[in-house]
Amino acid sequence: MSSIIHGAGAATTTLSTFNSIDSKILVAPSRTNLSVRSQRYIVAGSDASKKKNFVSGLRVRHSQKLIPNAVATKEADTSASTGHELLLFEALQEGLEEEMDRDPHVCVMGEDVGHYGGSYKVTKGLADKFGDLRVLDTPICENAFTGMGIGAAMTGLRPVIEGMNMGFLLLAFNQISNNCGMLHYTSGGQFTIPVVIRGPGGVGRQLGAEHSQRLESYFQSIPGIQMVACSTPYNAKGLMKAAIRSENPVILFEHVLLYNLKEKIPDEDYICNLEEAEMVRPGEHITILTYSRMRYHVMQAAKTLVNKGYDPEVIDIRSLKPFDLHTIGNSVKKTHRVLIVEECMRTGGIGASLTAAINENFHDYLDSPVMCLSSQDVPTPYAGTLEEWTVVQPAQIVTAVEQLCQ
Amino acid sequence: MATAFAPTKLTATVPLHGSQENRLLLPIRLAPLSSSSFLGSTRSLTVNSPRRLNHSNATRRSPVVAVQEVVKEKQSTNNSLLITKEEGLELYEDMILGRSFEDMCAQMYYRGKMFGFVHLYNGQEAVSTGFIKLLTKSDSVVSTYRDHVHALSKGVSARAVMSELFGKVTGCCRGQGGSMHMFSKEHNMLGGFAFIGEGIPVATGAAFSSKYRREVLKQDCEDVTVAFFGDGTCNNGQFYECLNMAALYKLPIIFVVENNLWAIGMSHLRATSDPEIWKKGPAFGMPGVHVDGMDVLKVREVAKEAVTRARRGEGPTLVECETYRFRGHSLADPDELRDAAEKAKYAARDPIVALKKYLIENKLAKEAELKSIEKKIDELVEEAVEFADASPQPGRSQLLENVFADPKGFGIGPDGRYRCEDPKFTEGTAQV
Repeated sequence: MSSIIHGAGAATTTLSTFNSIDSKILVAPSRTNLSVRSQRYIVAGSDASKKKNFVSGLRVRHSQKLIPNAVATKEADTSASTGHELLLFEALQEGLEEEMDRDPHVCVMGEDVGHYGGSYKVTKGLADKFGDLRVLDTPICENAFTGMGIGAAMTGLRPVIEGMNMGFLLLAFNQISNNCGMLHYTSGGQFTIPVVIRGPGGVGRQLGAEHSQRLESYFQSIPGIQMVACSTPYNAKGLMKAAIRSENPVILFEHVLLYNLKEKIPDEDYICNLEEAEMVRPGEHITILTYSRMRYHVMQAAKTLVNKGYDPEVIDIRSLKPFDLHTIGNSVKKTHRVLIVEECMRTGGIGASLTAAINENFHDYLDSPVMCLSSQDVPTPYAGTLEEWTVVQPAQIVTAVEQLCQ
Repeated sequence: MATAFAPTKLTATVPLHGSQENRLLLPIRLAPLSSSSFLGSTRSLTVNSPRRLNHSNATRRSPVVAVQEVVKEKQSTNNSLLITKEEGLELYEDMILGRSFEDMCAQMYYRGKMFGFVHLYNGQEAVSTGFIKLLTKSDSVVSTYRDHVHALSKGVSARAVMSELFGKVTGCCRGQGGSMHMFSKEHNMLGGFAFIGEGIPVATGAAFSSKYRREVLKQDCEDVTVAFFGDGTCNNGQFYECLNMAALYKLPIIFVVENNLWAIGMSHLRATSDPEIWKKGPAFGMPGVHVDGMDVLKVREVAKEAVTRARRGEGPTLVECETYRFRGHSLADPDELRDAAEKAKYAARDPIVALKKYLIENKLAKEAELKSIEKKIDELVEEAVEFADASPQPGRSQLLENVFADPKGFGIGPDGRYRCEDPKFTEGTAQV
């Protein structure tokens, strides 16, 4: 999948040439590659000189026909023969399998990951291939098997610990906070904990309050861990691989409703940088920051917004801790308006932290207060109608953008 | 989350025979050890009929029995002693080191050289010495907040531990851990944990690593892990969860309960429905042994069996050591709840005095030799204090250094560079 955009000039006439751009590093990550970042992607229209073209283009666009897609349909790709199509859970599985092939110290542990293949089939087939010890079916004891993974990591293995539902990891909070996050520090740097803790979370289809939790807000204060959220097959595989290769403990948040998304991903080995955000749709009028499933609600709202003449810039922040303030900052400096759309609860969520970070760092660039759309502060109800009103819907996003752009 | 499991109906519950309280009986038939890689319980769920069971009582014994029998057996059969002279002196020196070090800690604490919560091990030295002196350098030890002596027995130098307590850079954790977090990668001391019970899963993980290396990576790995924890921890969920997993996967781990009867001010008898902790081992399919934790030789005999079992791949053992702490729970504990008679009873069973008596009576060492060991240790501990005193305190630059193994984890700043590339980062003044 190409990450190079056709020239900026084309942008003013049609939106159809925009592909979703994300940072892609085709080299194995190493600390010496810090400089590679600075050339990571090319975004059309991101510097000031091009801004004028855009603004004039904006006026032109009003008279154009209705655009059905906010993100361009991909052009007939000459490189269509490379790459393969798969679903998000298959992408996660592929990433995991490739890393297990690559390094025999990588192992999986969790409930029903082995013979059952994982509650969402992410580990399907792995136990047959790698054996019962490398893909370990644990008893139902989150705190203990998370701690076991941490002990194994301290003594040289690289476990991928699965929470059958992220909510269950509340039972492992002792181990995740005290040992996973802090142990490297309290041991004076002697022991590393290269674990990946992953699992599906988020609000699904009437799963009830306890199976619809968003734990990213609870974990974000723990020092010493990184949190990432995947949203497409491409970044799911990339983040899975990067997380496994990282020496830091990484919590990878997947979403129950995104496992069946289909996308074509490259055949070659690639990872996605853990600390970077993903530019989904460049724009001029407003920056919309989102992650995980809300990305799709935002893109749906973006369709409506584009037809109404707005040009939103959509960024999937991907890295929930730490925030990629460079990508976010550049966007804020360009658009001067920020809307955060998240599935976390309002109080103490990722959006709350992000709002604070943006206000602190980019206050001078804002033309209006940062608006944050989050889920309601309620335990997710079972009833379908109530559940729908708990999370942010595209219509609310459209209204919010219109409000901010007045 | 999991569907309710419909339990197989057991036809009879089989009681353990109370009269043979220190003997272990496994009432459920164990399937023979197969070489398959099946990870799971090898026990069948059918219970033997009482008749067959009584017959099997006589012949079935766990490989690990209460040591009183072992010790008596050995002494009666061939009059040989349990230890050689070298071993005896090694044990004596280790216990003296533990005691002197902890006494010095108390002094230093009251002189304001160390702060916070400091938990001393006086009186329990037999357990640490009895187990850890049997281990190799690559075996792992996991402890609790009462970890100074476990670290010393494992080989961490007195200097490193004392400096850590003083909060100096030369401490084993660079001053970042403190009394309750003694770690050493070199000596495989896996901590030092402040919350009770949270170290047991870590120990289980280290044992898992050992099994993984042997069976998946096909390496020659016989490393075992010893997890130390107290009576209070035995009412905590993580303890039971780990007993289950260790037995299920046959992990090379030894669970050592240092039952000193008190969890701060909570008597073990007031907190526990069945205070005989060793009995909880068989409930999970592993041997449970009770041993006199004030006698280093008895502890050592039990430890030998348990460690050998683990190295042979036969799985975990639960060892309950009856011991006692001569001081309060921590240096801040006024220790008012414990009965003076109880303290006196255990003070009379001081493990160091007992070993000294054994060595002299069995002509393994002379008084003068033991005295010179004591003097040597005194000097060592004094030197450790001097070293710690002279060491520098951590500088500001150390503040952010070990938060992440890969400091890219601090993220990317507004200027596009990683935070850790900021020169102020090393000074510890960078914005994160």
